[in-house]
Order: sequence, then structure tokens, then C-alpha cells
Amino acid sequence: MTPKRRRLTMVGLGLLMIAAATALALNAFEDTLVFFYSPTDLIDTKTNPKKQIRVGGLVEEKSLLKSNDGLSVSFTITDLDNSLPVIFKGALPDLFREGQGVVAEGYLVGGLFQAKHVLAKHDENYMPKEVADSLKKSGKWKGGNKQ
Amino acid sequence: MHRFANPARFMRIAEPILPWTSVGALAAILLALYFGIFDSPADYQQGETVRIMYVHVPAAWMALFAYTLMALASGSFLIWKHPLADLSAQAAAPIGAGFTAIALVTGALWGQPMWGTWWVWDARLTSVLILFFLYLGYMALVNGFDDPERGSRMGAILALVGFINVPIIKFSVDWWNTLHQPASISRLDAPAIDTSMLIPLLLMAIGFKLFFISILILRIKIQLLKKRIRSIQLTH
Repeated sequence: MTPKRRRLTMVGLGLLMIAAATALALNAFEDTLVFFYSPTDLIDTKTNPKKQIRVGGLVEEKSLLKSNDGLSVSFTITDLDNSLPVIFKGALPDLFREGQGVVAEGYLVGGLFQAKHVLAKHDENYMPKEVADSLKKSGKWKGGNKQ
Repeated sequence: MHRFANPARFMRIAEPILPWTSVGALAAILLALYFGIFDSPADYQQGETVRIMYVHVPAAWMALFAYTLMALASGSFLIWKHPLADLSAQAAAPIGAGFTAIALVTGALWGQPMWGTWWVWDARLTSVLILFFLYLGYMALVNGFDDPERGSRMGAILALVGFINVPIIKFSVDWWNTLHQPASISRLDAPAIDTSMLIPLLLMAIGFKLFFISILILRIKIQLLKKRIRSIQLTH
């Protein structure tokens, strides 16, 4: 084997090993790499009410309620299979609306999620308003947001 | 490919290309800015904020492209010992780091109004930050040895090892739940971006790529000239 061939094999083998090691490591840390849980994820897992977690999903249609003092809101996060009621006190981001993706950070206490922060998640569709309107009208709308 | 690894032959090809890529880069970026700012619609959800995309997304593409090029060049330097491969890897690193910084900063500026936060430690954002540190680490390592040959070899190994991060960045939004949305352009069905918005996006991507090529040629040329000066000084 020429030195060149030997170096080529060594670099190739080395890269293969690193790829395998990374795949194993990422697989093992799967749970901590997930930025948020879905409501379905939280049904079977026991969560510590003192530990901060994140829940993500869509804001259920017609679930947004403002309290009388106007400071806190309640809404439901759904992954279309299961849903979780959330209460939150503070300012919601601009993109927050019913039917839109959202990630809430806070504590799960007895089936009610007490959010400390609410982040809006947006989807990968970009288009002007007129196009979105005409897509919805013609029934070709595929996005998650059906307003 | 090996035919072009000769520095003199490389300069004979690269030198005439340089004015074209420079003018092309300037024209494409100016056109992209015009379309992006004045002649494209606001997004149905995000409003005017969507215009940040025309800088953010092409910069992020270039960050990944420059690293891929750097890893390929480093690999061929380690295997075939082409001095030009080492030069191109070293020339690409600061340009790639610059594009990564642009992607990170514009991403934060975009995240604040849309998501409600400048930064989150989700898989996409974190892996891009790691990419930025890999660039910086590479540049530090290459220059960190008294023997430049040794620095080149160490840097090339780091660049290759760090390449594993590139597919992780690309697929992070599909493999894990992230706050960052998935890709719009490389979907198997039609891109999820309206044509009026695709025009400034792709123009900017072309402009950035031509800019990258121009700076890369300039940087390689400077290094080749420096080497020649050094060898002349040594012989006198």
C-alpha cells in the first residue's frame, strides 16, 4: 500500500468512527436534545412539578381566554391527539394566535401548566397575505394555521 | 482535480475569474437588496420582519458551504499533501466564520420579534454556535504552532472531525423538536416560499457565493505572494 492509500484509508476510517460515535452519543442524549415535549409525551412520563419543562404544540382554536384583570391568559396547547391547559401571566409574543405553534416554558402542576415564558413558533411557509387568502379560499391550504 | 493543485496554474485560472466574480457579487447583492426591501411583499404572518430572511438564510447556507469546503480541502491536504488545499482551507475559515456570525446575529434580531426571545438553546441554534466555535478553534489552532506545517496538520484534523456537525445542523430541525422551523427550500415537494420572496432570497445566495469566491481567491493569492517573499528573503 502506498503512503497515500494508507492516509486515505486512515482518514476514511477515522471519519467513520467519529460518525458512529456521534450517532451513538446523540441517540443516548435524545431526551435532553429535545427542546420541548408534546402534550402526548407528558401523559405517560412522570414530571416533577418543581422542575421547569417546555411544552410545545398548537394553540387550540377558541381556547384563548383573558382574565378579568387583563393580566393573565389561559389557553390550551394541543398536538391534535392530546391537549394541555396552560395559564400564563405576561406579554405574549406578536406571532401568538390561535392555531399557531407555541412553546411554553414553566411547571406542570396537577394537569395544569403554569407557564413562565411563552415563545411563538412559526412554520416554514412564507407567502404574501393575498396568496394565503386565495389558497384558503380555494381549499388548497396546507399550513397548520387555519384562521 | 489534482491538475489544479499547482499554485501557478491555479493563479492563471483564478486571476481572470476574479473581476467577474467581484462585479457579479456586487450586482447580485444590490439587486437582492432592492427586491428584498422594495419589491417583495410582506409575509402573511410575520409582516415586514420576513425581510431579515433575505440575509439570514443565505448567510447560514454560506456558513455550511464554507465549512464543507474547508473540510474537503483539509481532507485532501492530509491525504495528498497538496499545499494549495491547506491554503484554501485556511483562506475559507475567516469568511465562513464571518457568515456564521451574520447568521447568528440576524437570527437573534429575527427571533426577538417573532419568537419572543433573542436566543434559545435548541438543537439548531446550539449546533450553529458550535460551528462558529469550530471556525474560531480552527483559526487559532492553525496559527498556534511554531512549525506552520504542524499547525496546518492539526487544523486539518480539527476541520475534519468538526465536519460531523454540518449534517447535524442541517437535520437538527427534522430529528428533534426545535423552536427553529424546518427547511423551506430543500423540501421534496415545492418550496414553501412564494416566488416573489424566492427571488431576493436566491439572488442574495448567488451574491454571497460570488463574494465568497472573490475573497477566497484574494486570500489565497496573498498567501502565495507571502510565501514567495519569504523564499526570496531566505535565499538572499
